[in-house]
Amino acid sequence: MKKLNKNFWVGIIAALAFYGVVQVLLTTGIFTDVTRSMLLLIGVNIMLAVSLNLITGITGQFSIGHAGFMSVGAYTSAILTLDYNVPFVPAIIAGGLLAAVFGVLIGMPTLRLNGDYLAIATLGFGEIIRIIMLNTEYVGGASGLSGIPAKTTWTMLFLFTLITVVVINNFIGSTHGRACIAIRENEIAAEAMGINTTRYKIIAFTIGALFAGMAGGLSAHTFYVITPGSFNFLKSFEIIVMVVLGGLGSTAGSIVGAVFVTLLYTYLREFPEWRMIIYSIVLILMMIFRPSGLLGKTKFSLGKFGKKEAKANDAISENSAP
Amino acid sequence: MEYFIQQLINGISVGSIYALIALGYTMVYGIIKLINFAHGDVFMVGSFIGLYSARYLANAGFPPVVVLILSLVISMTISALLGITVERLAYKPLRKSTRIAALITAIGVSFLLEYTGVLILGPQAQGFPDIMDKKQYTLFGSSIQVESNQVMILLTTIILMIILQYIVRYTKTGKAMRAVSFDVEAARLMGINVDRTISATFAIGSALAAAAGVIFGMTYNSVDPLMGVMPGLKAFVAAVLGGIGSIPGALVGGLLLGTVETEISSLGFSSWRDGVAFAVLILILIFKPSGLFGKNVREKV
Repeated sequence: MKKLNKNFWVGIIAALAFYGVVQVLLTTGIFTDVTRSMLLLIGVNIMLAVSLNLITGITGQFSIGHAGFMSVGAYTSAILTLDYNVPFVPAIIAGGLLAAVFGVLIGMPTLRLNGDYLAIATLGFGEIIRIIMLNTEYVGGASGLSGIPAKTTWTMLFLFTLITVVVINNFIGSTHGRACIAIRENEIAAEAMGINTTRYKIIAFTIGALFAGMAGGLSAHTFYVITPGSFNFLKSFEIIVMVVLGGLGSTAGSIVGAVFVTLLYTYLREFPEWRMIIYSIVLILMMIFRPSGLLGKTKFSLGKFGKKEAKANDAISENSAP
Repeated sequence: MEYFIQQLINGISVGSIYALIALGYTMVYGIIKLINFAHGDVFMVGSFIGLYSARYLANAGFPPVVVLILSLVISMTISALLGITVERLAYKPLRKSTRIAALITAIGVSFLLEYTGVLILGPQAQGFPDIMDKKQYTLFGSSIQVESNQVMILLTTIILMIILQYIVRYTKTGKAMRAVSFDVEAARLMGINVDRTISATFAIGSALAAAAGVIFGMTYNSVDPLMGVMPGLKAFVAAVLGGIGSIPGALVGGLLLGTVETEISSLGFSSWRDGVAFAVLILILIFKPSGLFGKNVREKV
């Protein structure tokens, strides 16, 4: 246990050091506003990727509805700050909590399904949430909500991202996390070992939804405007791409994936016509030549960065009968 | 009542489009267990090829029926080749890797087709030429009207279905396809060329999607490079509704979804149309995940 604690603190200190350096660069004006908004976007995407990784990478439940939870959080917190003058942090947390409630509600019926069926059901739920937003006048319909105060600061975002990574990473390392990994590896065997698989699947789903909701709230308070269209299934795909490109099942991988995809997206903006083409070719080539992602199953520890997990067995969503 | 029947007739033409796309999804899923997200974009490509060949052939002075049949054939052939190419280049190297990797690749191929389309053709919608003169027929002396286009669509769909049934039931390729979808390894041991069979499946599925694309163009008169996304997704819903892996299921699922959607729109809830489609999907998945016609597969320990 001592070693784990040491790694934990090394990680925290490294993260804080990174925060300090960026903070200095921002206040001295070396980092421009463009860099700042890119940093905020990266943070939001890290939260999304790490939380989806808990559902898909660790528990093995394939979800294409993450943008739906994000939109619940974004809309809730935006309405709270716009219409009810709720302070920023409680509004974000409330958004996350409501998204978590949705996670339970959606998870209960759908998590009985497995593999592709679950993926499609979550995709359906994500789209239904979007269509409800689209048809509700109170949240602005198709034009969405605008004039959301830009309250997400670098400090706030950093704190939320750090909390997300720490909470999810510690969850993965705990008894409960082990149970989730057992479900991923073999659901029937896990059940035979006495793990309440439904309960753990819902727990993972809910935690994932909670942080996705918070990420949604933070992004809403970064970019002034939210529209239902920005939370469609393509956004969910984007999050999956981050997780898979980084390395399914690895928190560090999800972070790397989120940074990589965000940077790729941002820099390709200079070639608008070629942007999506280059992006898709990168995706296809990555999957063909390095399907385990950039980091594979590397564990999150700065002490021995790059050490592979002992039993790297990518048996995810491999439900075919023997 | 008459209004209801009128909407039912309209629904059948939308449903035929869904059904034709759904067939490709269902066949590919049945054989390699991959949700081929790029299928909706093959439909788009097919529609554009149909558009250009129809334009060219009509200018060359062919009679309308010949234009229709030739554009269908050209579009289906080229799209079938596209399907084979995509399968060979993008999916075949991933045959042994995880399902999620294959799915991400499918998403990648989908983006690639869409945005190559945007790059070459421009993002704006293009008008689809009127291949046939549109005529209205009145049924049974009542106010129910049928357009000549709708008759054409239904005829085309039925003919293609009969051809498909023939291929799957009675030809060697069809038998091989059924064998591979039943058990890949056993099929390989029996001397079936699995790779060729999978390519054939992609070719047939893509050809059907291309036919749907031409029909779509004839119905809505407007095609654009991103038009495949929603119909593709809906067709997948239709495939799941009918029972994924089942060919009659795809047909019934498509027609059912088409009619339900049209009825919903006609009741004045057109902005909820997509939502209803997905709600139907979720209800089916929760209460009968194998779909209306699907086989109930039990997981063995």
